[in-house]
Amino acid sequence: MADLTRDDILKLAALSRIDLTDNEVDEFAGEISEILKYVEHLNEIDVDGLQPTSQVTGLVNVTRKDEIQGYGYEPKDLLKNVPEVEEDQIKVKRMIG
Amino acid sequence: MSTSQWLPIRDIAAKVNGGELKAVDLVERALSTIAEKEEFAAILATTEVRARARAQEIDARVSRGEHAGSLAGVPFIAKDNFLVFGAETTAASNILKGFDAPYQSTAIEKLEAAGAICVAKANLDAFAHGSSTENSDFMVTKNPHDITRVPGGSSGGSAAAVILDMAPFALGTDTGGSIRLPASFCGAVGYKPTYGLVSRSGVVAMASSTDVIGPMTRTVDDAAVVLNVMAGRDPLDSTTIDREDDDYTSFSGDLKGKKVGVIKEYMAEGLSTGVREQIESAIEKMRTAGAEIIEVSLPTLPAALAVYYIICPAEVSSNLSRYDGQKYGYTYDQAADLAESYSKTRSTGFGKEAKRRIIIGTYVLSSGYYDAYYKKAQTVRTKLIAEFAAAFEQVDFLVGPTAPTPAFKIGEHSSDPLQMYLTDIMTVAVNLVGVPAISIPAGTSEGLPVGLQIIAAQRQDKDLLATAKAAEGLLA
Repeated sequence: MADLTRDDILKLAALSRIDLTDNEVDEFAGEISEILKYVEHLNEIDVDGLQPTSQVTGLVNVTRKDEIQGYGYEPKDLLKNVPEVEEDQIKVKRMIG
Repeated sequence: MSTSQWLPIRDIAAKVNGGELKAVDLVERALSTIAEKEEFAAILATTEVRARARAQEIDARVSRGEHAGSLAGVPFIAKDNFLVFGAETTAASNILKGFDAPYQSTAIEKLEAAGAICVAKANLDAFAHGSSTENSDFMVTKNPHDITRVPGGSSGGSAAAVILDMAPFALGTDTGGSIRLPASFCGAVGYKPTYGLVSRSGVVAMASSTDVIGPMTRTVDDAAVVLNVMAGRDPLDSTTIDREDDDYTSFSGDLKGKKVGVIKEYMAEGLSTGVREQIESAIEKMRTAGAEIIEVSLPTLPAALAVYYIICPAEVSSNLSRYDGQKYGYTYDQAADLAESYSKTRSTGFGKEAKRRIIIGTYVLSSGYYDAYYKKAQTVRTKLIAEFAAAFEQVDFLVGPTAPTPAFKIGEHSSDPLQMYLTDIMTVAVNLVGVPAISIPAGTSEGLPVGLQIIAAQRQDKDLLATAKAAEGLLA
């Protein structure tokens, strides 16, 4: 089922917010189709009656009280890697044209 | 290369606490070895200023008559996906270049509280995506035994650092084999704990349903000493589980009466002759030492890699969505608007393998394909878990090779991603099932190390370490 075209790759790249070069689009179309062909061997495996697993140690809904906890981090420490800060807030580019 | 300048970790700490060794000298020894072995490109950055200051503090504590901890003065090296003070944390990716950790990983905090001193950050495949450490955005780490070969990955810098004697231990992360594979290729001990036993808070996430962190050392004893400090529940990582044992280090390895299952599927075709010989010989030695050897089949095992290469990129595509140039790390500063800022930052900041995995992950999670790929993979995962559970009804441990071949040449697989993925064929199932596993040195093939993999049921970490120690004694 999986022979990804250039258009498929471009659509996936747009969904992932990544610009790909023409070369990357060509390469990925070939390579990823190949990888998907490999993983499609799973279709031969009978999983009748089985449920999917996403958590392996049996933990369910690990929660804590909804109270603010101090971890000893100062806002200035957490903001020091932000490219642009204004009044302790993260500044981003214009969103709507 | 087999003799180390470092004593066993327990002895180093005892001598530091006893005043016979100075932490400052140990740190200098580590830093000078790192400088001498620079050609192997194992280390991305040292944390020397902070390390020297911490060493002085520890020596001062000892001279005041205090006990400075079970790892007092022991230098170590962290894979560069651990948040550590004293150097940038990049995960070997351009998109995190310059990132200055605002807090440290829980694992690092625990090790520091026990007196250990981080001296450097080790190279890895960017974001831990790879099996050779060739995918680092910065440099290619070389195998300590043969500079033309890869050290394995993704914790290749950590494994090479330990074998190059830069420090008594290093930390790695293992999502699909990234501790065990490089341990096997470099001749180190690599320990992958039960999923959740060690907190991942402050470690750059790859595939959260399989990521674990663990020690890389020269001996099983050293791995146990380090695990013992790191293991346990952490409120900052809700996937952590309670310790099963108060002390993961108090064991005497004895194979007598132990039931050991040889994994049939891992001994099948595709295994190189040299690796097969070493693994068969290791199994014979375990039999002679009193273990009962049984062949065990896990029929779904050959499908584990396909399951992994759906689940892993799916989780990667989600975990890497946070790197958008707005909150931290590299940002493309010529963008006209936010959408362009995202896409240009990500296209210039991510390397090819990260992009490849994001695209695959986005595809298998997208509407119309989710059931056929992601849900199917998660369901086959259930079948694998059931087969491992059935096997552990029958035997105490499973064994097989860690990798089908010894270390390959630099560049040998780098143009074919599927061939590179196949390197992980004997390690990924353990991650999908969440069980603990270890790779220990088991001889050489054409002068290159071979790793024996031993696997136990979930939460049997201490028994696994005990058995690995017994096996290590037979194979030395």
